Amino acid sequence: MSGGILILVEHLKGELSQISYEMLGIGRKLAEASRAPLYAALLGSDVTALANRLGAADKVLLVEDSRLTMPPAGTVASLLKVLIEQQQVSLVLVGGTNITMGVGSMLSVRAHLPFVNFCREVRLENGAVVLTSQLFGGKIFSDVRLPDGRGIVSVYPGAFPADHDRSERASAVENVPVPIETSSVVFKRFIEPEVGDVDITKQNVLVAVGRGIQNEDNLALAEDLAAALGGVICASRPIIDQGWVPLSRQVGKSGMIVKPKLYLALGISGAPEHVEGMQGSQSIIAINTDAQAPIFDVAHYGVCGDLLEIVPVLTEKIKARKG
Amino acid sequence: MQAFVLLKLSPDTVDELTVAADGKSLETEALRFKLGDSDEHALEQALLLKEKYGGTVTAVALEALEVDDVLFTALAKGADRAVKLSGEFTGSQSHAAAGAMGSFLQSGDAALPADALILLRSQAIDDLDGEIGPFLADLLGVPYVGGVTGVAVAGEGLLVTKEFAGGLRGEFTLPLPAVLGIQSAEKPPRYVPIAKVRAAMKSGRMETAEIPLPATPASFTVERMYKPQAAGRAEMLEGAPEIVADRLVAVLAKNNLI
Ligand SMILES: Cc1cc2nc3c(=O)[nH]c(=O)nc-3n(C[C@H](O)[C@H](O)[C@H](O)COP(=O)(O)OP(=O)(O)OC[C@H]3O[C@@H](n4cnc5c(N)ncnc54)[C@H](O)[C@@H]3O)c2cc1C
Repeated sequence: MSGGILILVEHLKGELSQISYEMLGIGRKLAEASRAPLYAALLGSDVTALANRLGAADKVLLVEDSRLTMPPAGTVASLLKVLIEQQQVSLVLVGGTNITMGVGSMLSVRAHLPFVNFCREVRLENGAVVLTSQLFGGKIFSDVRLPDGRGIVSVYPGAFPADHDRSERASAVENVPVPIETSSVVFKRFIEPEVGDVDITKQNVLVAVGRGIQNEDNLALAEDLAAALGGVICASRPIIDQGWVPLSRQVGKSGMIVKPKLYLALGISGAPEHVEGMQGSQSIIAINTDAQAPIFDVAHYGVCGDLLEIVPVLTEKIKARKG
Repeated sequence: MQAFVLLKLSPDTVDELTVAADGKSLETEALRFKLGDSDEHALEQALLLKEKYGGTVTAVALEALEVDDVLFTALAKGADRAVKLSGEFTGSQSHAAAGAMGSFLQSGDAALPADALILLRSQAIDDLDGEIGPFLADLLGVPYVGGVTGVAVAGEGLLVTKEFAGGLRGEFTLPLPAVLGIQSAEKPPRYVPIAKVRAAMKSGRMETAEIPLPATPASFTVERMYKPQAAGRAEMLEGAPEIVADRLVAVLAKNNLI
């Protein structure tokens, strides 16, 4: 790797996202190993206050402009292209989140650099940058090498520890004058999350249903089990998209992050986007007909079997025990 | 509005995925292909737009095993045209897919229609080299928004809803022509009876367009593909439902959960 490392700082509504710290952590390690400078690109309107929380970087490149309120991917990609040329950057890290999605791909076209998605690990091997990405919902991993250590990497959220402790160091902040193109994509407003009947992030017991539940009528099985356990039901995305369970009960990347005492996953495969939202649960029990389902890699206890057969029996036994 | 839904099938992960002998790719022999969730939603969103605002829906898919079924299903659901882009696309990545779709949309001298709306998946499980949408948008020189969960016509252009995280969404406006990466449609993808799909097959309305495999830019090299070692592994409880249920109750009790 010949040039610097740059991370695109992600922030939403005036707060730094967790992924920003994760990227700073990886960036710092790579910077130490390769003796390359680490830059944090902070783009937005009214973001100066965030700059002094990015101490893990050697330098914060600040582009502040009122036109950068929730900028579209194309605008961000154009700005980053200028920054990587100005600062002679080899490696760019962006967040693999919905907020940043699209930026890496567009930047790769415009800067003629390869783009690697779903990255879980970055390392230097004899000076070369080698990445591990997950494919097919985490069922396959792929090791890829970047030519000359140059490229754009989308970092999978939650795969790296967030290196908070390094942020005390004050880093140099440089206001970078960069021309901002006016985009035909215009941000209008935020739509706040629907307030649900229950807040699933505050529950001790969650019974989560996935596509293995098969149809809406079978939801009653999960509801009964949840009631017996004193909890509520939540769901994976496909169940929410079907409209069977309200959006406020979605667990995962685009839903809620939950950490209940008990998370009972019924017919959920354990796609990374789902696991992101529930891996912090204290006890995880999964029931799935597929012995190879990735959910069994995060669960503490697993049952390989048909939930439609097991759940009613389990509910009865719990009720009987509770009396 | 002329809606184009661009579809690319992905390996069905319900089947066992096997790494090929070269250790760098998947064994394609054993693979079955299917539309991913967000491809299904892109098609649904296009059909919903047609129902609401009129216009046409053209479903376009890259050749792959099972692609005919996908295109006939799109016709049965209400698409006006179904086009198969024929070529050696199996295993091709997002750059190549965008290139092929771009050359179809701008075939010959034909420019992209001014009222074209291109809908496609926001992101899929095999997008290792990036999402198709942003590549295509840059190729066509039109605006792009991904992670879209709602689309409405507003004046000459569109008002789209994009999802961020934790239920937070944002609204954006943009002009046509445009590319949208659909995360989920406003309604669940419709079901279509098999008889209707058969009728679509009989109608033989599927078109085919030969597309040369586009040149792709220099990229990374895949050194190895493998199945991940599970970091942890659940303690598996075995037996008939009765027995498993007893064991689960014991586990719950041990962990003070009942
Ligand atoms: C940008 C983005 C954001 C996303 N955000 C989220 C998110 O927030 N939350 C989320 O959940 N997903 C999210 N996803 C989708 C995610 O990738 C998966 O598609 C989804 O989690 C799969 O849901 P599932 O496990 O219910 O379905 P599937 O993956 O289809 O799994 C169903 C499982 O049920 C099992 N099964 C079938 N029948 C039975 C039976 N009778 N008994 C027991 N088991 C059975 C099967 O073996 C299978 O493992 C997102 C995807 C993207 C691209």
